[in-house]
Formats: sequence, C-alpha cells, structure tokens
Amino acid sequence: MRVNGKEMSLDSNQNLLQFLVDNQFDVATLAVARNGEIVPKPTYDAVILCNEDTLEVVRFVGGG
Amino acid sequence: MTDQLVIGGHNFNSRFILGSGKFSLEIVKAVVENGGAEMVTLALRRANLGGEENILDYIPRHITLLPNTSGARTAEEAVKIARLAREIDCGNFVKVEVIRDSKYLFPDNYETIKATEILAREGFVVMPYMYPDLNVARDLVSAGAAAVMPLASPIGSNKGLCTRDFIEILVSEIAVPIIVDAGIGRPSQACEAMEMGVDAVMCNTAVATAKNIPLMARAFGQAIESGRNAYLAGLGRVLTQGEASSPLTGFLED
Repeated sequence: MRVNGKEMSLDSNQNLLQFLVDNQFDVATLAVARNGEIVPKPTYDAVILCNEDTLEVVRFVGGG
Repeated sequence: MTDQLVIGGHNFNSRFILGSGKFSLEIVKAVVENGGAEMVTLALRRANLGGEENILDYIPRHITLLPNTSGARTAEEAVKIARLAREIDCGNFVKVEVIRDSKYLFPDNYETIKATEILAREGFVVMPYMYPDLNVARDLVSAGAAAVMPLASPIGSNKGLCTRDFIEILVSEIAVPIIVDAGIGRPSQACEAMEMGVDAVMCNTAVATAKNIPLMARAFGQAIESGRNAYLAGLGRVLTQGEASSPLTGFLED
C-alpha cells in the first residue's frame, strides 16, 4: 500500500480508522483520499484497505 | 454604530486577516493575539507518521479558519484541496489560490473563476485570490465569490501596494468585500489600502520576516484599524496651492 508517496506494509483486513490510529495519526485533525477519492470521516471504520491502495493523508499547516 | 466586516453572512470586528505560514508554531498564538486577527489562513499538506504537532492547537478557538488551496495549478486541483480541507471539520470558508507560474506566483484568474463556481455551488464561502482585473472580479462575483482578494504585489515579496490603481477600481466597481492579499510589506501600506476603501488586508510574510514578530503583528493590526477609521472619517481635500490654517492676524500692519 502506498501512503503519502511511501510504500507501507498493511496488516490484512485492516480498516482505515485502525490503520490511522495504529500509525499514531490524530484522526480529528486530518483528511484522507483513497485512490483519488475523498473518504468521508464517518466511514473510516468501514473502509477496508488493501495492498493496491494509494492513500493521501493530509492535515493543516501554516500557510498564507 | 459598529463597523463590522461581513463575509458570507459571518461578521468580523477585525479587518486583519493573518497568514500563518513561515512562523514557528509557538509564536502563532502570540501573532494572532497581538494583531487582533479573527481569521487565519492555513494550507493543507501531507501528514507525517508517528504523531506530530498540530497547528490548530496554537490558534485560539474563536478564530475563523480559512484553508487555502495552495499547491493547486488547476481548478480541479483547487476543488479537490477545498473538499479535503472541509473534511477536517473546520468550517466552510476557503481561499481559492490557483498558481501555475512558479516565478512570480501570480494566480491563474480563469482557473480561479472555474473553481469558485464549483465550490460556491457546494456551499463553500469562497474567497478567491486574484490578479486585479475588473472583468475577472465581475466574473468571480457572478460565480458566487463571497469576497475578492486582489494581490498588491508578488506573494512573499514585501514589495507593497504595486497594483494600487487597479485595486482602487475594484473598490469602486465591485459590491462584495475587497481584501488586499499578497505583497503588503509595511503597516503603512496596509493603512493606505484601507484608506482607499478596501475592506480588509491579509498579510503573512511582512509579519513573519519582521525582527519582532508579535510587535509587527500589533503594528499591522493598528495600521489596518487606523486606515479604516480614516476612510470612514473621510479624507480631507487635496489642494495644489497652500491655504493658511489660521485667518490673517489683523493686527500686523501691511
């Protein structure tokens, strides 16, 4: 699975919420696109990841 | 009588919009408080694994967040960034910023119009960053922009109010709030923009590159308020010749 441009290993049948929590992401402060599609936050625990997935996990930073 | 800035149905007492780039997180709160800003822009970037500090922890809770679409080179990319930002549940304001010129960082006005139309239809309060052009400003308003944000000079340059005359035209012709954004380098320039009748000023680099950052934020806050008061007071007339401040003495012989 590719996360933010880097290859990562995936435990089988892991859902997106589990994946984020296990990797110490603060879910409340981020947004996720999976294979180019935005994942609505309430559905994170229902999205089952697979090795072919590409995730973009983003959060706010300083900007003008 | 209150003089509030109204954007997309939201009222603001401050006409200072602060960009949060180029600051360390620890100083962000001091800058916001010293400047009296009530709206702060943010960018959206990849999160790092393993836990990291969150800028939202450093911005007071009452502040309206204005995510920008920086990084977008097309309307499609800007729309995607805006939709992602909205997932972080921080309101529905968005600053549309579409830039494909990497030297001067000028916005692509036409892609900005396209993105504005899509996002306004989706319920965003859209504040598009634009190169001051009256026709484009009119198209942005027709597309649903809640305000128009013309640049003063290139982003990050501190060059000042280079597009003064064209911003003045927008102030005169465009009904939605005009917010000067990008290139303002000194509080006096922010004050000058406000004296012209601009509705708000946005600054980032001018504060972030100052020697005393919180104090510069305060200077900008004061300058923007001062310029607004001057505009409301009505600037005095300008003469080409002199006019004495007091009448003739009457007691000195000719």
